[in-house]
Amino acid sequence: MAFCTRKLPDMRQITVSRRGYWSQNLRIISALLLLCCSATFGVSYFARDMSFHFFGWPFSFWMGAQGAPAIYCLIVWFYAHAMRRLDAAQEREREAD
Amino acid sequence: MHPDWPASPSKAGAEAATGPAFKRELNRVYAMYTCSFVLFVAALAALEQMGLPRQWIGFTFLLGTTGLYAAIGIMCRTSDPVEYYVAGRRVPAVYNGMATGADWMSAASFIGMAGTLYLTGYAGLAFIMGWTSGYCLVALFLAPYLRKFGQFTIPDFLSERYGGKLPRVVAIIATILCSFAYVIPQLYGVGLITSRLIGVPFELGVFLGLGGILVCSFLGGMRAVTWTQVAQYIVLIVAYLIPVVWLSVKQTGNPIPQVAYGYQLEKLSAVEKVLSKDPGELEVRELFRERSVALERKMANPEAALAADRAAAIQRIEELKADTAHASELAGAERSLAALPNEVSAAVQVWAVAKSVADNKAQALNGMPAHATPFAGDPQGDAEARQAFDVSRRNFLALIFCLMIGTAALPHLLVRYYTVPSVQEARESVSWSLFFIFLLYFTAPALAVLVKYEVFTHLVGTPFDQLPAWVAAWSKVDPGLLSVADMNKDGILQLNEMSIGGDIVVLATPEIAGLPYVVSGLVAAGGLAAALSTADGLLLTIANSLSHDVYYKMIDPNASTARRVALSKMLLMLVALAAAYVAAQKPADIVFLVSAAFSFAAAAFFPALTLGIFWKRATGIAASLGMLAGLATTTYYMAVTQPWMRSVFGITEPIRLWWEIQPISAGLFGVLLGFIVIVLVSLVTPKPDARSQRLVEYVRYPNQKET
Repeated sequence: MAFCTRKLPDMRQITVSRRGYWSQNLRIISALLLLCCSATFGVSYFARDMSFHFFGWPFSFWMGAQGAPAIYCLIVWFYAHAMRRLDAAQEREREAD
Repeated sequence: MHPDWPASPSKAGAEAATGPAFKRELNRVYAMYTCSFVLFVAALAALEQMGLPRQWIGFTFLLGTTGLYAAIGIMCRTSDPVEYYVAGRRVPAVYNGMATGADWMSAASFIGMAGTLYLTGYAGLAFIMGWTSGYCLVALFLAPYLRKFGQFTIPDFLSERYGGKLPRVVAIIATILCSFAYVIPQLYGVGLITSRLIGVPFELGVFLGLGGILVCSFLGGMRAVTWTQVAQYIVLIVAYLIPVVWLSVKQTGNPIPQVAYGYQLEKLSAVEKVLSKDPGELEVRELFRERSVALERKMANPEAALAADRAAAIQRIEELKADTAHASELAGAERSLAALPNEVSAAVQVWAVAKSVADNKAQALNGMPAHATPFAGDPQGDAEARQAFDVSRRNFLALIFCLMIGTAALPHLLVRYYTVPSVQEARESVSWSLFFIFLLYFTAPALAVLVKYEVFTHLVGTPFDQLPAWVAAWSKVDPGLLSVADMNKDGILQLNEMSIGGDIVVLATPEIAGLPYVVSGLVAAGGLAAALSTADGLLLTIANSLSHDVYYKMIDPNASTARRVALSKMLLMLVALAAAYVAAQKPADIVFLVSAAFSFAAAAFFPALTLGIFWKRATGIAASLGMLAGLATTTYYMAVTQPWMRSVFGITEPIRLWWEIQPISAGLFGVLLGFIVIVLVSLVTPKPDARSQRLVEYVRYPNQKET
């Protein structure tokens, strides 16, 4: 296998800061996933109860049609932004070593 | 260049090709392109005012746009594998976002979605939320890691991560299954639009559209497809927005339909209340109810009813033969005799379908639910109403779940994230993709409401002899899409006297709103762009899977790159012809094929891909079994519950739904079972080897270099 001939890092070389990177990543992912699911499934589940007026729309209808998709856009944008910063921080740390 | 893992183009080359100069050049080219497109439409609009016939406008749009896509294909022709399979991995995030938008938004999104919203109201929002929320999963769980892995296909990743041939074989089968199921609706959409636009038969339309696809992907692979898709995105978004903005200005004076339609929705709900009490409507509904009762009586005693029908038809022909004054009706009467089924069982089937149509039309608002009300039934009502509410809500949530997971697992979409230069750009690219998709998706509900308001307040109540010309024109394309019949003979169109198919709502919007024909042509061109771009991506995925995964990785690992690309091109042609052949047969259920593609993809790929990245303990055998279990469960559930699949497999026992979940969400069970199987089997099989674990480490850290 061509893959096996490549030089890959040994597991033992993985430093504490790298573990930090991954757990930080998991924390961000969980928070954003929770937000995504509550905007989607939470609001939809209680759609009948959330039918109060919202600029003409019933609120649950507006959430399904515009609010939730807009929240997804923000989630994805925020993740890209946060991870770019995390990547940069890790890169700086590595250079400092 | 030998594409070993981790495969990345030479660093210097990649930086030069993705640098600011390259982006500036792209910006310049696409800005010029957009301007010329706008000028092209404006010129046609001017020519229409000067009396250019409609047929010509349609023809110019068809030739102009497909010719353009083909030209991009020719300019981007390549036989270099990195260019052919992943567009050289130098597509900037914004452009990959646009290409993904076009790749993703299919005929179902462009043509079908607003129609579904029109017909089902709130229930249709499941498609909006499901198809957009899937991108959260793509961004959080898949795109960055697949880009870091940096190979060519999804089976590539699964087989490297899990080792051995089995995961690759299962992944190849699933890729082909869901991509093929998804490409047929696209070609159906192409046929529908072409036949309306230039008046050719449906089958010919399918093959004409196919020509445009083939020139593009055949010559240039992913590179040509990517740059064409960017061009197609621009066409389709312009085409989608213009009629809605126009309609919004016409109805509300506000040029931003997404803001304006809240109050239109309020007015629509008021009109709905009036229409459901209208005496004309009540009369028509009563007639349909009587028809339904009559059909039920026939079905109670089918032999006698069929004999009576036949006797009546023969008697009618005899009468017409004797009375020469009505000779013109004779042919019609003979046709209706010939159309009577010979078998009693066939007759019962025909009557059952007719009865369900009549039952639907006996309800208020032509069987459509009130637009703004979530779910059927009533949580405060009697037991039956509570049950209906519960089931309707459960199915709504299940459908969102399936579409969400399916979005994050469709191979043709995921491979797009192999084409960007870096992991950071992959994450950003998802955010651009979602933004470009959002532009269309948050407009679709506005379109549905505005069109519905137009139909309910202007079209309904029109005398039959003054109906606009488009009604007859669309009935001619396919009476299943639009038909009107004066049931109560009052000479006025009632809502329940019109049957409209969801597939024409968007295409007919310009005509419904009374816009110039050039806008109709523009919308058709947009629909064509949506269908062609998705078909492009899907066909390429199938062909690459066959040539790269099956031939190169499994049959002949020493095949030269030129040979692999040549083979891929040949396979592309064959797959495209096969798909066009199937689409030209008009297979029964288009919506079902779309949902089936999502369910298959969700069940087969999502558990194996995400666990492969996020759980080092997931083993190869477990992943293969999980994928197979997911696929098998999904297929089984569809086969025993979905009417069309039941007829294919000849299943006659009564439908038994699991927890009342509709077959459209069959993937739900497959995904859950897939996760359970992978976790349980992994725990009882030996740990994956060090190589797989190192691969997981490698894809998790974007900064980690290969040495």
